[in-house]
Amino acid sequence: MEIGLAHYLTVAAILFTLGIFGIFLNRKNVIIILMSIELMLLAVNINLVAFSTHLGDLTGQIFALLVLTVAAAEAAIGLAILVVYFRNRGSIAVEDINLMKG
Amino acid sequence: MFEAIVFLPLAGCLIAGLFGRQIGVGASQIITSGFLVLSAILSWVAFVSVALQGNAETVQVLTWIDSGSFEADWRLRVDTLTAVMLVVVTSVSSLVHIYSIGYMSHDPHQQRFFAYLSLFTFAMLMLVTSDNLIQLFFGWEGVGLASYLLIGFWYKKPSANAAAIKAFVVNRVGDFGLILGISAIYLTIGSVDYDTIFAAIPGLVGQNFHFLGTDFPIITTICLLLFMGAMGKSAQFLLHTWLPDAMEGPTPVSALIHAATMVTAGVFLVCRMSPIFEFSQDALLVVTVVGATTAFFAATVGLVQNDIKRVIAYSTCSQLGYMFAAAGVGAYEAAMFHLFTHAFFKALLFLGSGSVIHAMSDEQDMRNMGGLFKLIPVTWVMMLIGTIALTGFPLTAGYFSKDAIIEAAYAAHSPAHMYAFTLLVVAALFTSFYSWRLIFLTFHGESRASNEVLSHAHESPPSMMIPLVLLAVGALGAGAVFANLFIGHAETEFWAGAIFNADGNNILEEVHHVPAWVKFSPMVMMALGFVTAWFFYIKSPETPKTLAKDQDMLYKFLLNKWYIDELYDFIFVKPALWIGRLFWKEGDGRIIDGFGPNGIAARVLDVTRGLGRLQTGFVYHYAFAMLLGIAALTTYFMFAGAH
Repeated sequence: MEIGLAHYLTVAAILFTLGIFGIFLNRKNVIIILMSIELMLLAVNINLVAFSTHLGDLTGQIFALLVLTVAAAEAAIGLAILVVYFRNRGSIAVEDINLMKG
Repeated sequence: MFEAIVFLPLAGCLIAGLFGRQIGVGASQIITSGFLVLSAILSWVAFVSVALQGNAETVQVLTWIDSGSFEADWRLRVDTLTAVMLVVVTSVSSLVHIYSIGYMSHDPHQQRFFAYLSLFTFAMLMLVTSDNLIQLFFGWEGVGLASYLLIGFWYKKPSANAAAIKAFVVNRVGDFGLILGISAIYLTIGSVDYDTIFAAIPGLVGQNFHFLGTDFPIITTICLLLFMGAMGKSAQFLLHTWLPDAMEGPTPVSALIHAATMVTAGVFLVCRMSPIFEFSQDALLVVTVVGATTAFFAATVGLVQNDIKRVIAYSTCSQLGYMFAAAGVGAYEAAMFHLFTHAFFKALLFLGSGSVIHAMSDEQDMRNMGGLFKLIPVTWVMMLIGTIALTGFPLTAGYFSKDAIIEAAYAAHSPAHMYAFTLLVVAALFTSFYSWRLIFLTFHGESRASNEVLSHAHESPPSMMIPLVLLAVGALGAGAVFANLFIGHAETEFWAGAIFNADGNNILEEVHHVPAWVKFSPMVMMALGFVTAWFFYIKSPETPKTLAKDQDMLYKFLLNKWYIDELYDFIFVKPALWIGRLFWKEGDGRIIDGFGPNGIAARVLDVTRGLGRLQTGFVYHYAFAMLLGIAALTTYFMFAGAH
């Protein structure tokens, strides 16, 4: 069986869905939300690379590199915020983070 | 001089009312009383000049209203009719001022009291000196206001406040008629000036108002509307309910306003408007019937009342009925004469009862009095004089005026004259009975007061006794001295056209030719009333109690004043409260507030509460919303945005 574009897109879609569910079903830890966002970005990357190869256009791969960079920066900032948050409030459980409740 | 008579009380009122606190109680008393005494002296001078020497005049004070065709100047019209009222008002008022110095000496708000008294006097003078109906209306409402303020003078007493409001509201009913009458006059004649109106009235005979598809005779309509105002002010039957309650005010107020002056304003109005009333036999018939009915009704109620002031209040009501009956049969002169004499003896009775109340430490119930003649002999003598004058003892004031009214009722040609005559004679019997009952219950028999009250009982101070003595002189002498002028052979020159008698109205002449039994009937009634009262309350004090028990229904009916208050409560007060509550709770609360401010506010709150509930504060909810948004946007652009 030849591995084609459809397989890549399927994997990416599964990863993306996992990411979404990771965000919504998780009640425990904000770090998991960060990881889920990472997962979704990776799914997008797979899409970009898959289409890039399929269409023979390098722009997609370069874009994927850019996304990786942004994701790394985002992870760094997100974790830093988490650390400060934990220091201030003593918990990073998702259920406890609802200061914006109306 | 006329300006001084009218405006001195106003000056006194302003000084005592605005600067009373600075100048103190004593100065306020002296200024208001002094001004009033001055005004009274000038009034007597004016009386001699105007009424006796015939120098009637009209003084222009200022241009008041001048708007298009509507003109009302402020003029003082002083003819005999006004001069008589000036004398009555200022004399009684000055005596009441002096009396109040003693009577109110324990009150903390005396400046206010004297200011109100002077304000009342000013308004009353404004009323009687008016030269047009607007000015009259100003004075009319002014006395109503002063009456309201003085009835509610002890404003901490709920009953006094209720009585003040009742007096005001009942008077509004009458005043509504009065203002309609004034409007009707302006509508038909185009002027409110007395002279213009009186000149135009004969031309309106037989003409009609066309209103609601029916014709109403102009003159009768005007007269009945004006008379409605007079009924309210003079506490005539069906609009009388405020007068007995007005006794909640201080006693000098009752003497001044609710006996001698304000309540007679209605009689004055009818006499002043005699050039109109003389042209409407129907209206005069109504005046006669209402007057006679009131005289009878109030006398019957007076028979059984136990409050000393209420007995005199019903007596006032009854005597006002006499005056209207006289005016109704065309004997305006007799009405004015009775007004004149009544002012003296009724003020005397009120001030005397005030002296009794003062002596008895504010006790007003006659059932708790008795045997007082030894303790307060001077007051006793004064009350006796007032009583014999009221009952019409020969040669006292009431003898001349009341008997003249009864004879006029007999001699009149009005269809209701026998009705009036019968009721007035019966009322004379009742008058005698309740007056002597008052004297016997208060001053004679066994004392029923507690020993503590009796030990404090004392004769009143000179400031209270001197007015009593002066009024007693008036009560004894006013009739004999003035009878010839008011209703006797000198009346034509005396009135000098101030009162109009239509052609054929020779009632004052016919009075001299009534049968002898008519002339004697009031005296017989007086004696009969005296003997009955003596038998009931001195000879056999058990009789009234057994009689009250035997005739329980009748007794209750009279004691509850013919149940008219209860009837009004049922017909007017309860529905008014019900409608008020309906508009308040349903109309205003539920509909206007419900759909207006409160409703909108509540809906805004609901929406914001819903929106607020959306803000859970959980990050994943926001993320989900973002995702949904992106999905929606993407979908939109894929299917719609591409084109």
